[in-house]
Amino acid sequence: MTDAKISIATTSLAGCFGCHMSFLDMDERLVTLLEHVEFNRSPLTDIKHCGPCDIGLVEGGLCNAENVQVLREFRANCKILVAVGACAINGGVPAMRNYFDLHECLEEVYLNGIGVNNPQIPNDVELPLLLDKVRPLSDVVRVDYYLPGCPPSADDFLQLLGPLLEGKQPIFPRNTFHYD
Amino acid sequence: MQKTNPTIHVDGQEIPFKVGQTIMDAALAAKVYIPHLCHYPGLTPHGNCKLCMVDIGNKNVTACTTAAVAGQQIRNNTETLNAARKTVTQMLFIEGDHICPSCEKTGNCKLQAMAYYLGMLDNHFPQFYPRREMDASHATILLDRSRCILCDLCVRASREVDGKNVFAIAGRSTNAHLIVNSPSGKLGDSNIQTDDLAAHICPVGAILIKEQGYDVPIGQRIYDQQTIRDVGLNEAIPEKQGNHHD
Repeated sequence: MTDAKISIATTSLAGCFGCHMSFLDMDERLVTLLEHVEFNRSPLTDIKHCGPCDIGLVEGGLCNAENVQVLREFRANCKILVAVGACAINGGVPAMRNYFDLHECLEEVYLNGIGVNNPQIPNDVELPLLLDKVRPLSDVVRVDYYLPGCPPSADDFLQLLGPLLEGKQPIFPRNTFHYD
Repeated sequence: MQKTNPTIHVDGQEIPFKVGQTIMDAALAAKVYIPHLCHYPGLTPHGNCKLCMVDIGNKNVTACTTAAVAGQQIRNNTETLNAARKTVTQMLFIEGDHICPSCEKTGNCKLQAMAYYLGMLDNHFPQFYPRREMDASHATILLDRSRCILCDLCVRASREVDGKNVFAIAGRSTNAHLIVNSPSGKLGDSNIQTDDLAAHICPVGAILIKEQGYDVPIGQRIYDQQTIRDVGLNEAIPEKQGNHHD
């Protein structure tokens, strides 16, 4: 490994930030990691746009047009793109809405739901346009690696990043990863 | 004159069998694991899931439906076959609702455990997200067809062990679906009971017993502790305890 730090960008699209929380579960091991990496765009840095990076970690699937835009920015800038967690890999829990029409979902939440005051479906131009279905990342861009889990554990992240930092291919032992 | 038992070879290992046994029967008896989802020792094999595909010579056959014949040289645990099995598993995942974090069966699910066993990191194919009819009409048993993998185990368990005829598979290809044998077609009007094998044998979360959700926390479930290989080598139809009482 050279002295130059590896740059990592992270984002949460249609996810719950659980994967990011799990990443932080590395605890004191983050200190060692930070000797080798620097963060580009990430909720941890608040940098707004992804610049050229070595590794992009993307949590969450795609539920709206902004998600797609951010994902494409990551793909264009990251040498290695990793789909992190169930939602990025197959849509996850947000994709449960795929079994219903989008309009049915909006009506249930904003018009007919219990305890709704002033029922109206939000329609502000500032709001990203919803996709008809929640999609996994691989429906839109090429994904280099998949890190399953809901969320993947801190150990899983380290297992993925360790070899990548050394320019090697990660190997996932079959007995450690889970989908839940 | 004493005759020696005939044998087959699986990945080079010599395995004795009794005439009439399938390759799967002989392998399981010798504690040799051939991956399978739709096979259950004691029920008539159907060869639905194709995961137990093995190579004999230049031919692929399903181990659960092919008779063992003396001298067979069988390849089972090979990179090529396991890659094909992973592809089959990926197709089963994308054809139904197999979003593990939202399913009560997670950790106890054989489809999920098979995917772990085969090292499946992604679904590879585009998701179908099918919308199939859910049947919550029974007081204690839920049927969610969107998770059904059409393994047919509930159909066979009901007929062969429970002595009933609650389930069948109707339709073809992507329209194939589980139907219930009752006047209304609803589970609540059928004669299924919670201690029937058919209510418990579902390898996925299509048939679930109600009001037991998350009794066992995620992380402490069957396939959180064991691989599907370990479980599959020791499976047998459980003895029925007592009379029906629901």
